[in-house]
Amino acid sequence: MIRIMTCAVPALLALLASAAAHAAGPLEAGTRQATNWTAIGMFAGFVALTMGITYWAAGRTKTTSDFYTAGGGISGFQNGVAIAGDYMSAASFLGISALFYTFGYDGLIYAIGFLVGWPIIMFLMAEPLRNLGRFTFADVVSYRLQQTPIRAMAATGTLVTVAFYLIAQMVGAGQLIELLFGLPYAYAVVAVGVLMIIYVTFGGMIATTWVQIIKAALLLSGATLISILVLSKFNFNVSDFLAKAIEVHPKHDAIMLPGPQVANPISAISLGIALMFGTAGLPHILMRFFTVADAKEARKSVFWATTFIGYFYLLTFIIGFGAIVLVSTNPEYLDAKGALLGGGNMPAIHLAHAVGGDVMKGFISAVAFATILAVVSGLTLSGASAVSHDLYASVFRRGQVSDGSEVRVSKITTVVLGIVAIALGIAFEKINVAFMVGLAFAIAASANFPVLLLSMLWRGLTTRGAFLGGFTGLISAVVLTIGSPAIWVSVLGNPAGSAWFPYTSPAIFTVPAAFIVCWLVSTLDRSASANRERAAYEAQFVRSETGIGAEGASAH
Amino acid sequence: MHVDRIRRNPDFIELTRLRKSFGWTLTIIMLLIYYGYIALVAYQKPLIAQPLFGAVTVGLVLGIGVILSAIILTGVYVLRANSTFDALSRRIVAADTASNPRVASLGGVR
Repeated sequence: MIRIMTCAVPALLALLASAAAHAAGPLEAGTRQATNWTAIGMFAGFVALTMGITYWAAGRTKTTSDFYTAGGGISGFQNGVAIAGDYMSAASFLGISALFYTFGYDGLIYAIGFLVGWPIIMFLMAEPLRNLGRFTFADVVSYRLQQTPIRAMAATGTLVTVAFYLIAQMVGAGQLIELLFGLPYAYAVVAVGVLMIIYVTFGGMIATTWVQIIKAALLLSGATLISILVLSKFNFNVSDFLAKAIEVHPKHDAIMLPGPQVANPISAISLGIALMFGTAGLPHILMRFFTVADAKEARKSVFWATTFIGYFYLLTFIIGFGAIVLVSTNPEYLDAKGALLGGGNMPAIHLAHAVGGDVMKGFISAVAFATILAVVSGLTLSGASAVSHDLYASVFRRGQVSDGSEVRVSKITTVVLGIVAIALGIAFEKINVAFMVGLAFAIAASANFPVLLLSMLWRGLTTRGAFLGGFTGLISAVVLTIGSPAIWVSVLGNPAGSAWFPYTSPAIFTVPAAFIVCWLVSTLDRSASANRERAAYEAQFVRSETGIGAEGASAH
Repeated sequence: MHVDRIRRNPDFIELTRLRKSFGWTLTIIMLLIYYGYIALVAYQKPLIAQPLFGAVTVGLVLGIGVILSAIILTGVYVLRANSTFDALSRRIVAADTASNPRVASLGGVR
């Protein structure tokens, strides 16, 4: 296996080089940036380093526990950085700094929404999650409920969330890399898919964790450096900096006002619910809690993750407003009509060039690529574990399965998911990335979060309640999203104004709907198995509060 | 592990009571801060754009305040949990282990 990998790396670098050579052709000059050799060189360095780590991790990945959760040997601080690396996607970095650049204050509303789920995870979920779970969040939900229906439901929620998030990341990757490196879109998507398959199949969670840690360190240091360089131009006087942004932005004072993103209060609150509770239902994030030794380390993870993610969003604010001041005023970065070269997601990249020249731009481009790789690796690993651990080992084989065959199924699933992700990435080239991310959060908030929270905190939850509640959240979130303007009008081509669901996010309806169905069905459930499940809450409660018998302390 | 015995252990009752009330209190504070902020953004747009000092507006200070409050509240939880909750937890595990040596080799908070 390791031999295959050592052959794959040079082959991949050769692919990148040949793609770059293609891209340098004169035809592409209009839509694409010139091939950026600084960026490609720095990215090659990142790939070489992470491949070395994958090689090292492959030698340490022996059991299912190593593969899914790095054997529980990640420290709280390391896991906090890795969570930040898993969570801060290129969509956040480029998309939110672009929101600041275009709309001003609206960017802050999004940034805050992406952060405030973390304290909730800390106060209500992190410790019980660690004490009850082993590899996937379905372990927790099915702890005292029936394995087959609950794991099937949780695995469906996981795969749907992962699919939408993965499409968003792949499309974002393709578009970005096309712009940043001057590679054709399809080449870029294939390169991301192949690298991700190599990291996950060979290095499992150990390699994925270190890719995420390195990426978080690079992204945070790069964004910090740009922010310092921007503020230094104003002698670190924030008021002067803002005044200049207001002066040069075409909307002037209006950039300090909440704008079109929150024009409708119901939409604003609904989006807030999706972002806040979606964070607490993202399977690839939940999975990271099983990589630490105990509940105490899980707590530390959330604190460090919250700190780094919060700090990162403060930096995106400086970067977005910095781009207003330094990029929108410089014709070097604008086309004949005054629009940004390379499209709306480019403010952060152009700003890097404005404050640090080609080297800084190359570095930030490479970091953006690394960011995508780290996020898709975590997503794919969680999708693969839902198939191998929840569906194959627990539902299909009823737990009668060896470590070796479970890991083998997981690796095969990783390869399949990687190929599917490449295909979807190419098929959905034109989709709106920010919208797909929002949809993934809405589904995670509606399908995964209510069932998970109730299974840990509410004695009364039964199999029927969890099953129907989980599917209520999943199906209603998907259906209402199809009826919203972004899909009904923009994607399906129905006439403007005909969308039958008027809000941008369904979460304000679908999250309560999932909770209500869970509660109502469970309360009305008078079956004998429901009574056993309620009685079994006692033992679950003791373990979730004390960690006695928790995974890592003993084998199942 | 003896579920019934642990359930009756006064330390366990104290731990779960403290953690539940502390966790939900902080949750409600965070929800109030966040949805209060969203309500201001949705319904009080002029206030958000009000300058506070120089070009720095009320909305900017509030927004950064929400970000800092999220970090501070998680930090507060960790501090309390590391001291009070972990001390109680260790006593519960010790009592459980003492009552059944076999469990000592299998489980417990390390």
